[in-house]
Amino acid sequence: MRGLFDLVTSLDSPGIYLGWGSFQIQLGNLIVIILMVVLFLLALVLPFPSGRKRK
Amino acid sequence: MSTATARKAPRGQDSDSLARRPWKGKVREYDLFKELTVALVVVGLITLTLSAVLGSPDEPSVTLKSWATAAPADFVATATAELGGTSETAGYGPPYNSTPDATQKIGAFDPQSFSGVQLPIDTAKDLVLDPLSTLNSPPTELADWTSATDTQRADWTTAYTDALGKAKDNDPANVATGDYGPVPALTDSLLTMAKQGALDGVLQAKDQFYNFDYTRGTLFLGDGSYFPDLATAAHLTGDQWGMMNETGNTPGQSWLWLFSFWYQVEPFVSAPNADLLVVLLMLLLSVLLTLVPLIPGLRDIPRWIPVHRLIWRDYYERR
Amino acid sequence: MSAPVGTRQTPEDQAEYHTWTGKARGWLLRRLPADKLLPEDQPSYVASWIYVFGMGAIVSLVFILVSGVVLSLNGPSWYHVSGLGHFVNSVHLWSVELFFMTMVIHLWGKYWMAAWRGGRTLTWITGMGAFLVSIVTAFTGYLLQTNFDSQWIAFEGKDALNSAGIGAWFNVANLGQIFMFHIILLPVAVGAVVALHVVLVRMHGVVPPLEAAESDAQLQPGANTESTEAGR
Repeated sequence: MRGLFDLVTSLDSPGIYLGWGSFQIQLGNLIVIILMVVLFLLALVLPFPSGRKRK
Repeated sequence: MSTATARKAPRGQDSDSLARRPWKGKVREYDLFKELTVALVVVGLITLTLSAVLGSPDEPSVTLKSWATAAPADFVATATAELGGTSETAGYGPPYNSTPDATQKIGAFDPQSFSGVQLPIDTAKDLVLDPLSTLNSPPTELADWTSATDTQRADWTTAYTDALGKAKDNDPANVATGDYGPVPALTDSLLTMAKQGALDGVLQAKDQFYNFDYTRGTLFLGDGSYFPDLATAAHLTGDQWGMMNETGNTPGQSWLWLFSFWYQVEPFVSAPNADLLVVLLMLLLSVLLTLVPLIPGLRDIPRWIPVHRLIWRDYYERR
Repeated sequence: MSAPVGTRQTPEDQAEYHTWTGKARGWLLRRLPADKLLPEDQPSYVASWIYVFGMGAIVSLVFILVSGVVLSLNGPSWYHVSGLGHFVNSVHLWSVELFFMTMVIHLWGKYWMAAWRGGRTLTWITGMGAFLVSIVTAFTGYLLQTNFDSQWIAFEGKDALNSAGIGAWFNVANLGQIFMFHIILLPVAVGAVVALHVVLVRMHGVVPPLEAAESDAQLQPGANTESTEAGR
């Protein structure tokens, strides 16, 4: 994990790319997209405290 | 004002009339400014943390100087192509020049030609000859070039381009003897000028003190191999989903995923008018998404796939 | 001149105006009275985390604008040579990422809620308008990095614009032109569209649930009392 963290934070190193066939995606972009889907799903299922306002 | 309207059996359409009226039902306390403040703090913390930890990429720009120094053979080959009018820019068509049949079109629909030649670039003159003539002692071969015929010029540049291709390491120093006219001297002069850094300034300034227009330098760089190869190494080219990507590991413009996608598949991959096709397709899809409320079918999907049952489950439970 | 309007308590929709200004005021206040613009409550069905992403997008936009202002104060090359400049540039970049993330999740939510119902078509359209204008704004921003990435983006981007016939008027290699688009023309456009979008949301209120019916408990007489559930 430490290695991955170092790799991610050293922005001048070449990007990490994952690919299957003609589909290629940069790791950073993949993380963003997965995070968006996760946040969307969590927003749908997490209980919302009633009688309060959040955020 | 809860006037009871005639009771109809609850149907999907009923909620539309409900949706039109101001809500007169149960409410909960809500503090808009407090939510705004909390959001500012939370998003602020996330943004500042990401910035402090991950920073942002900043790959230094390529200059004509750095190109000439790192890849002189490529520079000379490109300069030769510019002289001979065989480079990609020279054959691009509007807005740079009027090469026949060069534009991207669909049948008779040819928007690239609409604008005409608004950013004229004569590659031989603007990128090679004029810069050389600004030198303190311009190469004498300039006169040889100016007094030659078009056919002669074409012969020289074609011959030199071939010879460079066949030379060991494509190095101008290893080129076989032949009749190349003033081309080797001119391109070598330009190479020296570039290595000294003078070409960057001259090409951009165009005899003006202030200039923000980098068109010539950008096109010259793109006509070579050095600059595009750097882009390929950084996964930035069209057929590498490059439109979405940023240098290094930072996320790029992931919202351009669909724009990038079309360049990976047929018929766009091998289409000469791929850019026009993709632009029109994306415009169409954007308009469709914008007009979803008016499109039957598309606007009914949320009724058929009830994701809303999760969003409003609190409401449905208390009916 | 008749007696000034408002000397007695006239409901706004019965007020009479005689001047253009007055009529405009009446029109605005009928559509967006103060208690709709800055409410102290919201319908009971607004009870899901999906609702925070609109606010998230607006707040991200605030950070984009503030970091953008700091970058403008120092010029487009500052961030290459200054540590603080580099940090502000990073803030600008990451707030843009967050802006698009929250805006798109907001879009997903609004789609599945069919939030255009009940006369809210223009709300949807202005929202999409904000999305599209933001994409163009981000594109011009990437062109202003004055580094290798912006050089390449200019070189590639010119093809899309040239093929559509507008590459001469929107010259991606002309830093001066793109700069003006990015720091003035487009932020004004984004601000205007977002403001209109927010005003429309306040005017029409948050869309009620799909399949809501008049017979639902939360609409019955006696339900319209401000109620907070037990405990805070």
